[in-house]
Amino acid sequence: MRVAGKGLNAHGAPVTFTFDGTTFEGREGDTLAAALLANDVRLVGRSFKYHRPRGILTAGSEEPNALVTMGTDAAQDPNIRATTQEIYDGLAARSQNAWPSLNRDVMAVNDLLSPFLSAGFYYKTFMWPKSFWEKVYEPIIRRAAGLGALSGATNEDTYEKAFAHCDVLIIGAGPAGLMAALTAARSGADVILADEDSQMGGRLLAETYDVDGQAGADWAAGIVEDLRGMANVRLMTRTTVTGAYDQGTYGALELVNHHRTPNAAVPRECFWRIVAKRSILCAGALERPIAFPNNDRPGIMTAGAVRTYLNRWGVAPGKSVTVFANNDDAHRTAVDLVDAGVTVAGVIDSRADAPQFGDYPVFKSGLVIATKGRLCLESITVQHSGGTRDIRTDCLAMSGGWNPTVHLTCHMNGRPTWDDYILSFVPTDGSIPGMSVAGAASGVFSTHGCLESGIKIAREVVLELGLTAGDIDMPSADDSAYRIEPLWQVEGKGRKWLDFQNDVHVKDINLAAQENFRSVEHMKRYTTQGMATDQGKNSNVSALAVLADATGRGIPETGTTTFRPPYVPVSIGAMGAGAQGHGFAPERHMTSHHATLDRGAPMIEAGLWYRPSYFPKTGETTWLESCNREVNMVRNTVGICDVSTLGKIDIQGPDAAAFLDFVYCNTFLTLKENRVRYGLMLREDGYVMDDGTTARLGPNQYVMTTTTAAAGQVMKHLDWVSQALRPDLDVRFGSVTEQWAQFAVAGPKSRDLLNSILDQGIDGESWPFMACGDVQISGVAGRLFRISFSGEHAYEIAVPSRYGASLFRQLCAQAEAMGGGVYGMEALNVLRIEKGFITHSEIHGRVNAADIGFGRMVSQKKDCIGNTASQRPDVVGGEREQLVGLKPIDPKGKLTAGAHLFVDGADAVRVNDQGYVTSVCYSPTLGHDLALGFLLDGHNRHGETVQLVDHLRGVETVCEVCHPVFLDPDNTRAKETSNG
Amino acid sequence: MVKLIANTPCGDLLPRAIGTVSLDEVIVDQITFVAPFNGQQKAVSDALKAAIGIGFPAPNRCIGTGPRAMWCGMGQALVMGASCPDLAAQCVDQSDAWAIVKVHGVDAAAVLARLTPLDLRASEFKRGHTARTLIGHMTGGITRSGAQSFEVMVMRSMAATLVHELTQAAENMHGRETSLR
Amino acid sequence: MRLPCPLCGERDRREFYYQGHATMLDRPARDAGIDAWDDYLHNRDNIAGEVEDLWHHEAGCGAWIKVTRNTVTHEVSGAKLVNGARK
Repeated sequence: MRVAGKGLNAHGAPVTFTFDGTTFEGREGDTLAAALLANDVRLVGRSFKYHRPRGILTAGSEEPNALVTMGTDAAQDPNIRATTQEIYDGLAARSQNAWPSLNRDVMAVNDLLSPFLSAGFYYKTFMWPKSFWEKVYEPIIRRAAGLGALSGATNEDTYEKAFAHCDVLIIGAGPAGLMAALTAARSGADVILADEDSQMGGRLLAETYDVDGQAGADWAAGIVEDLRGMANVRLMTRTTVTGAYDQGTYGALELVNHHRTPNAAVPRECFWRIVAKRSILCAGALERPIAFPNNDRPGIMTAGAVRTYLNRWGVAPGKSVTVFANNDDAHRTAVDLVDAGVTVAGVIDSRADAPQFGDYPVFKSGLVIATKGRLCLESITVQHSGGTRDIRTDCLAMSGGWNPTVHLTCHMNGRPTWDDYILSFVPTDGSIPGMSVAGAASGVFSTHGCLESGIKIAREVVLELGLTAGDIDMPSADDSAYRIEPLWQVEGKGRKWLDFQNDVHVKDINLAAQENFRSVEHMKRYTTQGMATDQGKNSNVSALAVLADATGRGIPETGTTTFRPPYVPVSIGAMGAGAQGHGFAPERHMTSHHATLDRGAPMIEAGLWYRPSYFPKTGETTWLESCNREVNMVRNTVGICDVSTLGKIDIQGPDAAAFLDFVYCNTFLTLKENRVRYGLMLREDGYVMDDGTTARLGPNQYVMTTTTAAAGQVMKHLDWVSQALRPDLDVRFGSVTEQWAQFAVAGPKSRDLLNSILDQGIDGESWPFMACGDVQISGVAGRLFRISFSGEHAYEIAVPSRYGASLFRQLCAQAEAMGGGVYGMEALNVLRIEKGFITHSEIHGRVNAADIGFGRMVSQKKDCIGNTASQRPDVVGGEREQLVGLKPIDPKGKLTAGAHLFVDGADAVRVNDQGYVTSVCYSPTLGHDLALGFLLDGHNRHGETVQLVDHLRGVETVCEVCHPVFLDPDNTRAKETSNG
Repeated sequence: MVKLIANTPCGDLLPRAIGTVSLDEVIVDQITFVAPFNGQQKAVSDALKAAIGIGFPAPNRCIGTGPRAMWCGMGQALVMGASCPDLAAQCVDQSDAWAIVKVHGVDAAAVLARLTPLDLRASEFKRGHTARTLIGHMTGGITRSGAQSFEVMVMRSMAATLVHELTQAAENMHGRETSLR
Repeated sequence: MRLPCPLCGERDRREFYYQGHATMLDRPARDAGIDAWDDYLHNRDNIAGEVEDLWHHEAGCGAWIKVTRNTVTHEVSGAKLVNGARK
């Protein structure tokens, strides 16, 4: 219920929302949790395993219980914390893990079975039969346990990612963070101040402390205004720093549009990578519950959360509140409630010398030993110095003390240090290079201490950055001591919950210890404590203390589990922002792209490039029909194909030839100007890296061609050789792949076609096979290469890319007028297989020059990359799989790529494997299937018969082993020199 | 008789205006990739200065306003907007190799911060600074051309992707701003 | 993770390609013998501590650099061009 006049948003406009279909009214500025409590809704969810009724425990991102689902269908978003979700008009939230309803949940029967469902129950029970693991047990267990569900539909929301840079990143904008930011900013540092809340101020928004004579929240607002006015400060609200990474990189999740009506035009979340020279962690502290019997009923909350709801949102979470604590701080809850006119039925303080700060009953040496109330707390049983009594209460505010938020300091393997004064872990200095810790996160709990530590740490940081620390007046504030005595668990009948989210209680930890899972990491995995979405923020320290007790060790010796990023859950959508659809990878388009699409060609991806698969003609119903026509067209008339995707590298310098001779296994020094030569590039381990043609354009200028897929790798390799291995060679190179649009013109009529478009015609004598040189097309300077990847009389013509689209359309029109046309990758592949030309299907990284029949290309007159390793006895001698051609004995026989080869009659099993098939096509020229593959000792087995077996596709075909060149072995077509 | 027609890399994809940001294609008629041979950097720089008034740029710098020389990698620069003289260097025509987009407006830096890990703060990345870096998944260059202007260049074949990525980032920024209360 | 490129300054790790240990710089002579080549090509120490390894500033200036890095603390203490002659 609301308390009149209380709350920072006391004058907030009314906001209408629904929870489980019921309409409620809240106030602008409320979180969903605050608005539900204002409407006396206490039961908000069911627990993970036992389906126990659960209410709101906290007022922050650590909330384990109050998780709801928002949105429907593709936009369904589960496990949203009601304690951080701000309300807006029309917000619709649903409870989770309950059926048919939150009040009457059938699966609550699990709670009655709980004596049988202890930690490790699943492992011990669902062991046999083994075949039931995946098909029976897992689906049942998964259905019974769990939180919110995904819709299964593709999420259409917009997500974003971004980078930011600063001198000082300040994580958390409470009293320490604000002072640190002000100090750093006034010293001239570039500051980013990030806070996960919608409003900066941290605990100052939740307390009644004054700072410098003003209400804490007002003081904080003033500082935020000062910071907002400074050009060197960037304020990031609703932004949780989720991880600390190497060299000052931090991950942060900004909830951009969770607090407003969803809108596809606005990113829902943004994942930031923030690079900071230094950072100051001011993430505050988290209050821990106390493990007493049945401490999980709705209405039992942390004491600090009760204060937050009262002071920030003007909500009293109960009509008659009790407080149970082992420290002074929790008494403030009683004081604030009394001041606000809310009944405080008593403060149960475990300490014999419990203080009294206001007008409320105090039960010294008090313990809560039992609680009652099915769907909401109704009463508690208190044992204290004066005896035992029942107290009627609908809200119990508990505090077992505060744990500094050390998580980020542990992200690079740092371990926190135990502090006996605050009975918790504090960060260990230097855990994250460049990160300092201030305020409550460092174990300093008073407001004065936090303000002071913010200033002090920021001054140290700016001095280290070489700046002059600006003068900051220390504001006056409360400096009460933090007094606490240990209280980890309360004996009594009933389960004492530790991890509310994963339903882990004290007995589970004891069982783990008893079964010898004594290491904290083992205990965690055995019980699942700390493994839920809150990652044990509420339970870790208490669970450790219980484990320490059970194993007879101290807490520091027991140690902590590892905190890993992310600090709060991060949606996959945010991590992968921008990578859906066209954002998945860059698309490289050839200059012929639009013309190709206009012709209805389906595109296939080749690396990042989009290339046409085939060009369907009216009446053709299968790709094979189109492909066969295109192959025949090239073999008989002329075909056009965009080959711009091949890597082209311009190489110049006095030592260009020597450089080529070092990176290629064959020789280029002897290549004449205006001639092209095939080159084979090896890796240093002797295996083939890439192949392609290189043209000599001038005395010291070459253009190297790489395969489409390997262009980047080859460039990196050339950089390596030039910079690391042969800096003595005076050579330079640069990519010209994008400069030139290059088209294959292939077929018996290729020269006729070219002569119709070149400003000056060519003939067979001046342009023999493997010639190259400059040409002009309507006055534009181009290049012509007489090379062939089809085996036909063919050329590749190149023009500057700006003219590519235009030339392509004209080449196609011309070819079509001559009875030819354009061809795609399928036909290109058939043409090259018929000629036995290799691609990366063959040079797949495990073959050397000898394997593909090019052993003699590895010149022994010079050194080159891969020369020595390619001569190793085990790769030149010994039995190797070598490139062969394969054709079916029965012309109708089917060949498949990926099939394996066996001696005819042998069992088709691994030990009998003789080789494999790399490329397959149907050859319209020869009228049957063809294959390239690798066969043991293949070069000596031409004419033999082998069995091709493809277990996956159920293919078995008897094949003849042959030379890999199926067509025109003497290359007479490509070498055509007639001038006709 | 054939007649070749020239197309620009971005073609009709640009210009665009999204929120405070405009995207315009930058047409540079002549771009020459220049990589001085061993020990020739000073000679090349002097020769460039004599011919077009600007020398060979230091790493991460782009000099000149009419003709420009833009560093583009170790020992490499692009001479833009002028014909390149004969130099003791590898000189290669790259006039058609790049798609260049000018990103201009109040949110220009914020839009690019959605795509590049580069530190674009005005204190670090000033007018005349250029960098080779990542733009989304693409390798490319970013040059600051003004307080609120950058030139982004990627390989020509990626023009459509560049426009897509910049558009998406600008729309996200615009969406954030129009939804502010 | 960030690496200090000697030419471009400190840059995000995603701009770099990782090659491996700096051993790769010491290419044996052609006739150094099979053991020397075997070591060069295949054998690497798995060092817990300071290592020198090679990275290519692939999405940057194209320089190959030798980075001094601690595999335990992840500290990067320096980087040099493998070929310092060009800028």
